[in-house]
Order: sequence, then structure tokens, then C-alpha cells
Amino acid sequence: METLHAVFVAPWLDMWEAPVFFAEVFVSGLLTGVMYSLVALGFVLIFKASGTFNFAQGVMVLFAALTLVGLMEKGVPVWLALILTAVVMVVLAIVIERVMLRPLVNQEHIILFMATIGLAFFLEGFGELIWGSNVKRLDVGIPEEPVMIKGVLLNSFDIWAAAIGAILVAGLAVFFHKTPIGRALRAVADDHQAALSVGIPLKTIWIIVWSVAGIVALVAGIMWGGKSGVQFSLSLIAFKALPVLILGGFTSVPGAIVGGLIIGVGEKVAEVYWGPLIGGAIENWFAYVLALVFLLFRPQGLFGERIIERV
Amino acid sequence: MANGNGGNRRRIGGVILNVEDVSLSFGGVQALEQVTFSVREGEIRAIIGPNGAGKSSMLNCINGFYHPQGGTITYKGNKRKQMRPHEAAAQGIARTFQNIALFKGMTTLDNIMTGRNLKMRRNFLWQALYIGPARREEMEHRAFVEQIIDFLEIQAIRKQPVGKLPYGLQKRVELGRALAAEPDLLLLDEPMAGMNTEEKEDMCRFVLDVNDEFGTTIVLIEHDMGVVMDISDRVVVLDYGKLLADGTPDDVRGNKQVIDAYLGAVHD
Repeated sequence: METLHAVFVAPWLDMWEAPVFFAEVFVSGLLTGVMYSLVALGFVLIFKASGTFNFAQGVMVLFAALTLVGLMEKGVPVWLALILTAVVMVVLAIVIERVMLRPLVNQEHIILFMATIGLAFFLEGFGELIWGSNVKRLDVGIPEEPVMIKGVLLNSFDIWAAAIGAILVAGLAVFFHKTPIGRALRAVADDHQAALSVGIPLKTIWIIVWSVAGIVALVAGIMWGGKSGVQFSLSLIAFKALPVLILGGFTSVPGAIVGGLIIGVGEKVAEVYWGPLIGGAIENWFAYVLALVFLLFRPQGLFGERIIERV
Repeated sequence: MANGNGGNRRRIGGVILNVEDVSLSFGGVQALEQVTFSVREGEIRAIIGPNGAGKSSMLNCINGFYHPQGGTITYKGNKRKQMRPHEAAAQGIARTFQNIALFKGMTTLDNIMTGRNLKMRRNFLWQALYIGPARREEMEHRAFVEQIIDFLEIQAIRKQPVGKLPYGLQKRVELGRALAAEPDLLLLDEPMAGMNTEEKEDMCRFVLDVNDEFGTTIVLIEHDMGVVMDISDRVVVLDYGKLLADGTPDDVRGNKQVIDAYLGAVHD
């Protein structure tokens, strides 16, 4: 009885009794969620356009951050370093299309997936070869002071991250659903052959998608790198994106956002209110358990395309 | 049903597509063996033959999915060795597929809009920004697509995802997408397969109307002999990758070899 009360009743009472603290936990969860969404977004873009899970997305985040820091250490001003890194990501996209995607056209998805694993190892080694493997501090000038908003204490860096993330996401949503290129991208995602027959050049589309995914990786790299330093473990946040994708659906941009937010808030709240009951560390596995539950009841995710099977 | 053989209203022009000695093989399998025929501007040309005769392979060569090992394909006076599908599309060749290849998650309207892809003049950057001229251009294309939707009588399913539509309607949407490109040469791979009589009659009417109103040259593969004899001007018969006969529906119908290889088997 005692345990049941502690698990099912007490945490809710705590939330009710200290609303400001709860708000703080909730909002900081939301802000972390935005960061997860940013990473997940890169996966969604490539999955939409080629039906392949890009294993290298996490390493692309690391690579972008490494390049940015490396350039800044060489004395390049921040704005120029940002532009140069974006250019590097676009060039990377062109090279990937040329040497990796083009020879593998019409192959099974699993083969492309394996190629992305290779890409991940290559990029990791290549990045460290050029920029070294020390932990680096990344500071692009986003303010970090704590601020009080309506009595809730927040980190202004998180707010900036959320704002930038929101703008990026809104831009991508419009891009995908309103513009002719977005339509062409969705067409390629749906059926390669048909897309070719109406005259959509696959090559160009792939370059665009990988470039956009590279730039999203850059933004994610700035945010995560600014928070926890630029180092190898940055590429591991890709694993946090997996449950986000399962929740949101692999093909949905809004899904990546909502999934990220749910997981960000869920793990923070679970950690703070339920963590003490079992000695903490809920934050580390909460997302995966939630993903597992989703796989059981709604495998296509919250916003994924319904799987329609005609028999 | 209207009869396309008369040709009194329609103008049949010079040769738009010439296929000469085309051979194609996959490993040891000879899909096409020195096939030669031509298509004149404005005509409806049927390709018939038993299953596995190489009909779809022929279409795939014409629109650049396959690259024949031997022979030449001359389109609008230009001989070509190899061509990619999107280049063929850019030169005015549009097609439909035997197993419908629509973008299933997208609406009817979006599917047909993709057919306008090559007609969009603004470059990618403009399109991405989607402001001013790019937006105006999109409106013009939308207006054109609405005409096609009216023409094919699919107004009611404009906003529905095509994956959920019945088969016959999907075929019609696919035709719409091909028409949106305003093609000079339209390749239809079994446009009436799997349809009931009423749907077939509708489809025949659309094919004839397209040919009639827009002067589009049409090459179609079809199994229904009644349909083929009714709507086509000239017929190519393939069997085991070889050209068996070539002529008007009446010539072909009377050809002994064709009767043996194909018609006899179907109509005995």
C-alpha cells in the first residue's frame, strides 16, 4: 500500500503543491526536447527522401561541430566560420551523392543502410584526423545567463536553442509541404521510378536532401556542442534520436518535433518525481521504454504514414 | 465507341519515333531481338504480344529506363545512344506503368502537379523561397492541372491520398500525371489492365480524346484485343522479343503467324 501510494499518488501531489518547481522541470524538459528534435529531424529528412535510416547522422553532427570549432580556433570570425561550415556540409552532400548513393541506386534499403554505417566510421576518423580528437569548447556567442520568466528560472541558452530550433522546423515544414521542391522530394520518397519518369532528377534531389540534413546537423552540433563540448560522445546523441523517431514516426517532420518534446519532458519529469523511488537514473532509459510501448501499440508512430496494405 | 481507324479528323504526320534493330538482353535472356518499327506523329500505336514478349522492355527502352545493347532509337530526328529517364521526360516523353507507380502518400492533386515539374521555369532557390514569381508560377500550373482534373472527371478525389483510391481511379490519376507534362509522346503500359467493362470504356474514351484534342502521339500496350483493334491506327506484334508483324489492325488480324502465336491462343 505504502509503495503504491509512493508510485501513483505522491508524485502527482508533489507537482500540485509546488507548481513553480513543476513548471521549471517541465520547461527545461521541453527545451531539452527541442534539442532531441533537432537531431531526429536530420534522420527524418533522409529517411523521407531515400527510405534509408542514415546511421551517420550523429557523426555528421559531430563532424559539423568539429569543423566549426576547428575553423574558429584558426581565427576565422564566427559568422564566416558558420558559412564555411555550411559550405563544407553541402560539399559533403555532393561527394556522398557521387561516391556512395549513385552507385547504389535501386539497391535494397539495407545495403544503403550499411553504406551509411561505413560513412559514419569514415567521417569520424576523417574529422578527427583533420581537427584532432581533444575535447573542444564551442562558443558562438549565444548568451548563457540564467533568466527568470514569471518566477521560473531558465537558462537563456536553452531558450535560444528552442527558438532557433522552432524557426528551423517551421521553415522545413513549409519547404516540404508548400514548395514545388518539397513536392518533388516527397515524390522521390514515395517512388523512385515514377519520380524519374515525370522528370525529377534524383541526383539533384539527393544532394538537396543531404545538404539540408547536413545543415540541420550543423545547427544541432552548435547547440549540443555549446552545451557539452565538442567531442566524440556528441555522435552518440543519435541514439537519443531513435526513440524520438519511433514516437514521432520516421517520415514526419512534425512527428520528430512532438516526439522530441514528449521524450524531453517525459524523462525530466520521471527523473525528478519518480527517480528517487528507485535510486534515480530514469533519464537514461525512460525514452527507450516509452519507445518500446509505442512499438507495441502504434508502430507507425504518432504522425507516421499509416501502413496501408492491399491484399 | 469511337473508331480511331478513320483518321479523317486527325492529322497523322511524319515519323516522330524510329526504333531500328533494337536488341536488349539481361544476362543470357534475350528480351528484344533486332526490333524495328516506327511511330508517326499523331497516331495511336499499339504494341501487342503474349506475356514475356518484350512489350514493357520496349517501352522501357524508349523512355530510358533500359539501355539497349544494339540498334538505335531516333526520336524527333535525334539519334540517341543512351538517355536517362528524366532526359526523356524533358524531351516530351511521358508514361504510365503496368503496376501503377503513383506517389501513394500524396493527394491526387499533388501527384498530378509533380507532372508539371519540368514545366517549372524558376530555379530551385526561387522555388525554395516560394515568393513572388515562383508563387505566381505555381498558380498557373495549378490552373492547368485543374483542367486535366476536369478532363479526366476526377474532381471529387482531388484531395484524397491516391493510395486509398480504387484501382481504376488510380490508373486515371496516373494518366493525369503523364498528361500534366504536356507530352508529345505518351507511353501507356496496359492502361486498361484489371478494369471492368465500364472503366475500360471510360479509359478508351480518354485515350482517344487525348489523341484527338491535343494531337498527342500515343504508344500503348494492351491485352484486350477488342480495345486494340478499336482504337489503334497501327499495331506492332512482338513474340519472344522478335517482331512478328506490323500493320493496321485489319492486316494484323489476318496475319497467319499472329493468329498462331497469339490471337489463336486467346480466342480459340
